[in-house]
Amino acid sequence: MYHIVLLGMNHKTAPVEIREQLALSCRQHVSPLQLIPHLPHVDEVFFLSTCNRVEFLFTCHNRNAAIREVKAQLLTYLGNALQNLLDSHLYFHENLEAVKHLFRVSSSLDSMVVGEPQILGQIKSAYRQATECRTVGVILNRLLHKSFSVAKRVRSETMVGSHAVSISYAAVELARKIFGELKDKRVLLVGAGEMAELAAEHFLAQGVRHMTVTNRTPERAFELARQFKADTIPFEHLVDGITAMDIVLTSTGSPHPLLRYQDVKPRMRERRNRPLFFIDIAVPRDVEARINEIDNVYLYDIDDLQGIINLNREDRKREAEKAEHIVSEEIIKFQNWLDTLEVVPTIIALREKAETIRQSELQRTFSQLSHLSERERQAIEVLTGAIVKKLLHDPILFLKKKANRESKELFVDYTQQLFNLSDGNGMASSSLTHGPPDVNSETKILKNIKK
Amino acid sequence: MQAVFLVIATLFYCAGSIGYFVYLLRDREAIHRVSWGILFVGAVFHGAAILLRSLGVGYLAVTSSQEALSFFAWVFVVTYLLIQLRLQLRILGSFVSPLAVVFMLLSRLLPAHIIPKSGIFQSGWVIFHVTTLFLANALFALAFSVGIMYLLQERQIKRKNFGYLYSRLPSLERLDHINYICLIIGFPLMTAGLVTGFAYASSIWPSPWNWDPKEIFALITWFIYAILLHERLAVGWRGRKAAWLAIFGFSAVLTTFLGVNLILKGHHTVFIR
Repeated sequence: MYHIVLLGMNHKTAPVEIREQLALSCRQHVSPLQLIPHLPHVDEVFFLSTCNRVEFLFTCHNRNAAIREVKAQLLTYLGNALQNLLDSHLYFHENLEAVKHLFRVSSSLDSMVVGEPQILGQIKSAYRQATECRTVGVILNRLLHKSFSVAKRVRSETMVGSHAVSISYAAVELARKIFGELKDKRVLLVGAGEMAELAAEHFLAQGVRHMTVTNRTPERAFELARQFKADTIPFEHLVDGITAMDIVLTSTGSPHPLLRYQDVKPRMRERRNRPLFFIDIAVPRDVEARINEIDNVYLYDIDDLQGIINLNREDRKREAEKAEHIVSEEIIKFQNWLDTLEVVPTIIALREKAETIRQSELQRTFSQLSHLSERERQAIEVLTGAIVKKLLHDPILFLKKKANRESKELFVDYTQQLFNLSDGNGMASSSLTHGPPDVNSETKILKNIKK
Repeated sequence: MQAVFLVIATLFYCAGSIGYFVYLLRDREAIHRVSWGILFVGAVFHGAAILLRSLGVGYLAVTSSQEALSFFAWVFVVTYLLIQLRLQLRILGSFVSPLAVVFMLLSRLLPAHIIPKSGIFQSGWVIFHVTTLFLANALFALAFSVGIMYLLQERQIKRKNFGYLYSRLPSLERLDHINYICLIIGFPLMTAGLVTGFAYASSIWPSPWNWDPKEIFALITWFIYAILLHERLAVGWRGRKAAWLAIFGFSAVLTTFLGVNLILKGHHTVFIR
């Protein structure tokens, strides 16, 4: 019997110092290929390392030995000083629990910020690396592909990933609800601090092309403007500047409001009432709260934005429950597939035996009938092939059908005795990962079992 | 036959509305497509019913309030179906389809006076007058729906209090733009419809203007939309005020269209009662 084992640590189980150290040394030294020689008891291995987690996913037959090897490997990265601590930071999942954990990780349910989309990309690139090094075989291939489709389902069927996470993101989302497309909108950044920079990045990502920066000290404004290919206006012209703008983001350290009701109100007529969106992330505030009362003017300060983010957290929790349900469904599907896996070696052995008999009989016949033409030979080949195929069709179908039954071992056993097959399971389990010629036919059969 | 078709159409419109209601709750494109299809089939039956009736009497069958409202509901649904293809604003259906059902059911309740057949119905003027006005009204009804969507969305953003609809409704600018498009197409159609009406009136009555209640209300409605359009173009009115005026304008349309037919009597009742 093989085992699927997952060993790892994440932001919940290990403090950041340990994760850092592990992630750092893993990223530098470990390609999955290098792992293999140190892990003789591990059949397939997949390895993921991000800033919040390190995961080893592997299959093996002797689980205790394999786990020992992987842990030893971990310790060489961390330094032996941590030997006693390691176990308390690690988590350990086996078989379906491991599958569940992987599904939850890939659909971002296990992330620090639930729903953040990067994790799937990280798993995909780790998987690409693993396939390049051929450290993953039938089981992990299937498992990882499944984890991608689970993540996709979770993303499309729940709203786990669709909510705002950061202040600037929330602000940009709001802007999109007011303006729709942001491409042709003009953004004015008042103040050139870190927050302004972050927001500018978000706006840029949304396709905003016209950005203007103004700051009390112009040097900093120029600097930011250069960075984002923006214009600048003198700080004293700020109030007139808003006439031409659509979105105004303020983040200065000014102790008094910079923009007042009476500054904005008359300018709305000038701008023909085009909507104006103020994002005020400064404390104390740069924009007078009363401005929100003007028609077609929207003002959000830092607390309002924080409120949206908190609101989203609640929603996200509810959606996460939906996502967990999807994960459970998919685990059952994967379990069904795993079950079919156990009859596959017998099917292959059956086919191989038949093929060997056919080939040797053909050879005998052909050597006796040397006068046969090429066409006749071919016809005989086709004929024998068809006979074998048709004869085996029903037994194979029977085995596949029984794959999900409790009693499958009985049927596998009968089949092996009936056809006098050598120990199919033993042979094929090694072929799962090591025997390259078998892998192809195996995958083909697995594809045929549409479960 | 027509009666059966009308019932079928009503049922399809109801089913379409239910579909669009489900779409409001669950954001799946397939639900929208199915609902659109149901409304389309309903519109086909409805159109067939109107056609049969019109062929039967020999002129466009809009001479009772029932027929007129039913014809209007049909124009409205067809306008929506076409505009949806162009706009791809799926959530619009959730606001438009119930309105269509209301018109359709209302038309079943209205009196179906049979007006003695008269030669004056058969003029091409009448057809032009009715179609342009109904098309304009359908666009105004659409502007009305979009106006409601705008107000809902604007309120959430302004008050910073986000409900379920926040994520489902489109951006304010988009809604405002659609409102504007409906107005800018609807207004010339309405003008053309009124002008043909007056022109035809002057050919069968002594004067184009007869202080008929229908005429007075139509002119008031026209002025409301003229003001809205003028303010939009000249002053840059938009957003909440424009949305409110679109809603107000459409209630004026309904008054002109139904209120006058049913309550006030005038000599327009030669055509419709």
